[in-house]
Amino acid sequence: MRDFEYDAPATLAEAVAVFQEHNGRARPLAGGTDLIDHVRTGRLEPDVIVDVKQIPELNVLECSSDGLRLGAAVPCYKIYEHEQIQASYSAIADSCHIIGGIQIQNRATVGGNVCNASPAADASPSLIALEATCVIAGPQGTRELPVEEFFSGPGRNVLQPGELLVELKLPAPSQQSGSHYRRFIPRNEMDIAVVGVGAAVTLDEAGQLFERARVGLGAVAPTPLLVEEVDGLLQGQPVNEESIERAASAARSLAKPIDDMRGTVEFRKHVAGVLTRRVLWEAVARARGDSAR
Amino acid sequence: MAKKRIITTTINGREEQFLCEPRQTLLEVLRDQLDLTGTKEGCANGNCGACTVLLDGRAVDSCLVLAVECEGAQLDTIEGVASSEGLDVIQQAFLEQAALQCGVCTPGFIMSAKALLAENPDATEEEIRFYLAGNLCRCTGYDKIIRAVQQAATDRQATAPAT
Repeated sequence: MRDFEYDAPATLAEAVAVFQEHNGRARPLAGGTDLIDHVRTGRLEPDVIVDVKQIPELNVLECSSDGLRLGAAVPCYKIYEHEQIQASYSAIADSCHIIGGIQIQNRATVGGNVCNASPAADASPSLIALEATCVIAGPQGTRELPVEEFFSGPGRNVLQPGELLVELKLPAPSQQSGSHYRRFIPRNEMDIAVVGVGAAVTLDEAGQLFERARVGLGAVAPTPLLVEEVDGLLQGQPVNEESIERAASAARSLAKPIDDMRGTVEFRKHVAGVLTRRVLWEAVARARGDSAR
Repeated sequence: MAKKRIITTTINGREEQFLCEPRQTLLEVLRDQLDLTGTKEGCANGNCGACTVLLDGRAVDSCLVLAVECEGAQLDTIEGVASSEGLDVIQQAFLEQAALQCGVCTPGFIMSAKALLAENPDATEEEIRFYLAGNLCRCTGYDKIIRAVQQAATDRQATAPAT
């Protein structure tokens, strides 16, 4: 493998300084399940690898009435084993339990999954559906942006040289809310998503009407997408097949997939609709407390 | 060239120190420097699980861990599974169920199975299959591996735990 230096800063300020000093030639290492592979294949050529796992801010994992704070270096297994996250942010638990296999989940992080910015990333649709905000630290200070604005193309994100993703912040879920993530893959596990859908819904007290709904789509465009239309389409509508089909139709229209070895444009658009339907129904079931979870 | 580091770890219960470059993976160091060749390289990109070891008790692909990340870590490899008294329950079950042919995937499967049964001693067939998804086998067709893990689970519960 390419020769590189290794550094493991203990503070965020140190890390930002190292990244600034190396101006794009340094890469952060959390789980390493993407980075090490990319360095081995030559896709990335860092001079320095900066292990960010010692930095306290990146290891935050807090679930409170103010919402969820997910440090960028928190591994997937800690997320899906967390009871409150399973209950209140279940789409993220779904995503974390499906990225690769157990060996990957024991190391990989949601922060890394987002920064790697694969269009087919499994965490992204869930984060989009659950309204996550990226907290980014850099030489100029901290900035925040909605997760759906973090991606700029396949494998590209909006981080500038010297910047580091610190955490993902999610709002507290309302009563009667539920979320789910599901993807289509040809095998049962380990594959890369052909289509991925994350959905989060809030229902009225009786569980019969939609109050809010958000759908995130993965693997059907150069970046993960927020299906913006869905909230408007479903607000105030009864929870039934008709309303949900309208949301599925919006997802199908927004999907702009490519033909590749995993699927054709036609197939992916069709599956985007099917999955959106199924994922919305499961999110509804969880909101109602009907689900096995 | 990057400076080499001295890394101190515990491997199979024994403290070990080794010298390595940052670019060496844990898998490379285990095999090429420490002569612990039981852990295999299958794909070098985290898909096949032949390189599975336990890092602080959790199954990981050692081809995706840099050796320098292991400072202070507890590592368990296949070499530490059998005791001086004999084979582990899991190894015995693999033999009895003929759960291996060429054997290259086997150390990885045994490490994953060890982690699985420690976490979930009553795993169902579906849970076993899902848990072992990160371990690939080209020879057996998996069925006998699953049966071996199921047998190990039962055997383990039938006898008093040794550790």
